[in-house]
Amino acid sequence: MSCFRYERDADGVVTLTFDMPGRSQNVWSQASIDDLSAVVERLAGDAESKGAILTSAKKDFVAGADLEELKSICFGPRDAADLNARCGALSVVLRRMETCGKPVVAAINGAALGGGLELCLAAHRRIVADDPRIKLGLPEATLGLLPGGGGTQRLARLIGVTASMPLLMEGKQLRPDAAKKAGFVDEIVPAAELMAAARAWLLGKPVSTQPWDAKGYKVPGGGVDDGTVLQTFMVANAMLLAKTQGNYPAGRAILSCLYEGLAVDIDAGLLVEKRYFVQLLLGPVAGAMIRTLFLSMQEANKLARRPAGVPRRKPARIGILGAGLMGAGVAFVAAGLGIEVVILDRSREAAEAAWTYATQRLDKQISRGQSTPAQKEALLGRIHPTADYADLAGCDAVVEAVFEDRAVKAQVTAAADAVLGPEAIFGSNTSTLPITGLAAASSRPDRFIGLHFFSPVERMPLVEVIRGEATSEETLAFALDLVQALGKTPIVVRDSRGFYTSRVFGTYITEGMAMLAEGIAPTLIEAAGRRSGMPMPPLALADEVGLGLMAQVGRQTRADLGDAAPHNPSTVVLEALVDGQGRTGKRSGQGFYDYGMDGGKRLWSGLGAQWPARADQPTVEALVTRFLYTQALEAARCVEAGVIEDPGEADVGAILGWGFAPYTGGPLSFIDGVGLPAFVAQADALADAVGKRFRPPALLRRFASEGRGFYPR
Amino acid sequence: MADCYIFDATRTPRGRGRKGGSLTTVRPVELARTVLTALRDRNSLDTAAVDDVILGCVEPVGEQGGDIARIAALVAGYDERVPGVQVNRFCASGLVAVNLAAATVMAGQNELVVGGGVESMSRVAMGRSGGSWATDPQVAAETRFVPQGISADLLATLYGYSRADCDAYALRSQQRAAVAVAEGRFSRSLTPVFDQNGNLLLDHDELLRADTTLEALGKLPAAFDKLGRDYGFNEVAMLRYPQVEAIRHVHHAGNSSGIVDGAAAVLVGSAEAGRRLGLRPRARIRAFADIGSEPTLMLAGPSVAAEKALKRAGLSAGDIDLWEINEAFSAVVLRFTDALGLDPDRVNVNGGAIALGHPLGATGAMILGTLLDELERRDLRLGCAALCVGAGMGTATLIERIDA
Repeated sequence: MSCFRYERDADGVVTLTFDMPGRSQNVWSQASIDDLSAVVERLAGDAESKGAILTSAKKDFVAGADLEELKSICFGPRDAADLNARCGALSVVLRRMETCGKPVVAAINGAALGGGLELCLAAHRRIVADDPRIKLGLPEATLGLLPGGGGTQRLARLIGVTASMPLLMEGKQLRPDAAKKAGFVDEIVPAAELMAAARAWLLGKPVSTQPWDAKGYKVPGGGVDDGTVLQTFMVANAMLLAKTQGNYPAGRAILSCLYEGLAVDIDAGLLVEKRYFVQLLLGPVAGAMIRTLFLSMQEANKLARRPAGVPRRKPARIGILGAGLMGAGVAFVAAGLGIEVVILDRSREAAEAAWTYATQRLDKQISRGQSTPAQKEALLGRIHPTADYADLAGCDAVVEAVFEDRAVKAQVTAAADAVLGPEAIFGSNTSTLPITGLAAASSRPDRFIGLHFFSPVERMPLVEVIRGEATSEETLAFALDLVQALGKTPIVVRDSRGFYTSRVFGTYITEGMAMLAEGIAPTLIEAAGRRSGMPMPPLALADEVGLGLMAQVGRQTRADLGDAAPHNPSTVVLEALVDGQGRTGKRSGQGFYDYGMDGGKRLWSGLGAQWPARADQPTVEALVTRFLYTQALEAARCVEAGVIEDPGEADVGAILGWGFAPYTGGPLSFIDGVGLPAFVAQADALADAVGKRFRPPALLRRFASEGRGFYPR
Repeated sequence: MADCYIFDATRTPRGRGRKGGSLTTVRPVELARTVLTALRDRNSLDTAAVDDVILGCVEPVGEQGGDIARIAALVAGYDERVPGVQVNRFCASGLVAVNLAAATVMAGQNELVVGGGVESMSRVAMGRSGGSWATDPQVAAETRFVPQGISADLLATLYGYSRADCDAYALRSQQRAAVAVAEGRFSRSLTPVFDQNGNLLLDHDELLRADTTLEALGKLPAAFDKLGRDYGFNEVAMLRYPQVEAIRHVHHAGNSSGIVDGAAAVLVGSAEAGRRLGLRPRARIRAFADIGSEPTLMLAGPSVAAEKALKRAGLSAGDIDLWEINEAFSAVVLRFTDALGLDPDRVNVNGGAIALGHPLGATGAMILGTLLDELERRDLRLGCAALCVGAGMGTATLIERIDA
């Protein structure tokens, strides 16, 4: 059964309806591309056809490429000649479509992303339904790819090289009005009139020649021989390198598609684009990013780890204990999604901080046109501040977000338990305190679970869901329903010190401090942190977290574990700075950096006296290796200890939770990418040279000897 | 190997390369014609004896394109049998043209050659000829391209030259150039430029600011601060130099070379050709060298080139009496002086491009002439001219006066 329906009416207007059988979305796969090719040939040879309307039978127009298929290419046996032969099929069909002699109009009734928009760009006219929910864009770069169906060539030829750059390189998705303004949509009509408008164009004076195939065509805004455009390239090249530190090949490949492809005719340009597309598929980044940031993320968002057989529950009313930044953040997000929120603090006035928090953000959104005063009133109306535990009655769930202190948490837990119904779950938002211990304060430990939100809640997409020893399957299931209702991505972990994210993330900062103690120049440490692809260099990050806080956590860990506490090379550094120098971090204006009044910062000049720089400084690459390995090893230890089970969740959690170098696909993808034997050998070498924290766990040695990795090959 | 001698050198004055500059109305081919004609007339030269005309030009497009050397030779009325070739090694092009001319003589393949250069920066703007280095995304990323001003600031940062150091040097360049002009030290080589009716357009270097002060220089805004910070180039430079915490932007219009128009030509040849044509050898070209170095820092090459040339000549830096190092940026001169351990009073004794300007393709030939004139004026023997060059290259030439 074909993915395209071909229907010609009495006026000779052909409707080509994209409708993949057995799928909720249309995507480009080998089969759908072949089917498009067949209907294009039929159209070209259909003497009675005047032209065609391209449309979709799905809610979305076309979602893009079949990423499962692309992933299997990336992790299959990759051969340049084979890929060269296989890729580019869509590009060839679309080129045939735009030159087949029949006018084609795209009637875009839903989101057209990636290959979906590329299909539209190859049509001779684009008409979009007037629906602000429709998104149009080429997001390939966000998955380490480029639009390989002519997207780089047609968009730039349509709207200009400079204008196309942000759309292609940042994968910006536009609403129909913005797309029309940008110049790649011709007409916006009410959804009900979409097909009529397309017909009217075909029966009026349609054109079947693309602008770039017409005589005298000039690239809008100047081609790649234009001085201003060349200046744009010069700056774009530098800004891309500065931003990516050379870790993401897609941006550079896209710039080259423009630079090289716009210097030649479109047929040659499409060949240039295909070569860079194949290059990206042959490299390590695209596959890793597709697997983690699309496929594994999709799994997590679909609650793949939700216990089967437990009916879904939608939370209608939740309670939040504590109106600090975290509590107010959760309240703001929940109320924004239509959930009633009871927020409790020591006094009603203190609880009203949640209103202040929400008001500040809403006012900003209103000033940007992203919200309205009416929406603001409705949202604030769903937040109910109180100091009375009785008001929690009837809540489906309670999120506890009070101070990280066992006694305080125990007290509010008991107070809430007293009024909550038997079905209500209690989620403790803690980043470090073991859940099983906290659950001891509850009369219903089976209803107790950890919900580790990240700050600021409205921007951070991850929630780490922590199962205590007594947590029931029903509680886990409903906790995941809650996370989903809050629009967040959950990962499920087992109870242990630091859980998964805090535990692994901590090794990055620790490594930076260890390097300092070894006499490595702080500028080099920070440069390596940036180069590794982490969002912030380690010493700057330590200042953000707070050196005093970290010293305190270290003391607590040593007190809790005694001799069993693992040696932590950051201890001496923190003690020297916090106790010795009174430098406690960014908040006090003094940490590893000195913070100026203007918001600028410079590394503290006293670091060199405290830790004299060694004569033989390592390369940045050697330090990058240490940063990535220390985190990857800790993630592997978490898997070994059963803290986290699913490699996809471990990788998603790392990237969403603390921004672990996304180009690697996450710490476990990084290990697989290096290859287990090579990774183990390198880790052993680091353990010998640097410290035993790099000694690989038995799990990795076993994987290496069995010739396997975390992901199936 | 035959010896190669310098018989004569001449240059136009350097006209301000911006709106209102005295040479902006003069076509580049006319600038080149002016020096070629002067070389012929000053030496009563039968141009049929000239084997080649080699001219440096850094932006060889538009009216500077299409082998301006051959066209200029024709326009200058040289014998039609004299060929011409244009060469480009960025800022050293003018010196490289002389070196290549000398090389053909040393190799015994030519007897008499003109080397020189031309650049009308007002008419053919810097960067006009394009190229892949800065703009091709693959090339720019692989070579870590940054504009030269960022490299200059990186050089200053790496070697600790402060804004005050660079301004102090710039002031010295202005003051030395002012003395040189007042004492007529440039007059031997200067050929004025006239219009087609014989009216004088320019007979002196017009960029100088003899009255400048440290205070005035101190007020000029850093030229590459925004470029580095807002457009990613500092970050690109630091990818190559991760030990740098922050690039200090110390260079500005007052301590960098000026944009000017001009041309220069140097007549070189064998002893035999000199005897035959009655040309008096003024200096012997002892050695020359071109080198490549790390391209992002870009400007640390000239001392390496000088060392290479010195080694070839069997000399050491201490043997050299006078140095001309092109003042692309203050930090280039300061680093060159430090790297070779030179006495600053032997370096750029008549100022340089900061005061006088840097007509890209011509400068190398100009400073060679200035060096020779000054060796003669002071009755010294050995001199070295050197330039930093885009993409990390460096060029140096050693000359020795004949009758010193």
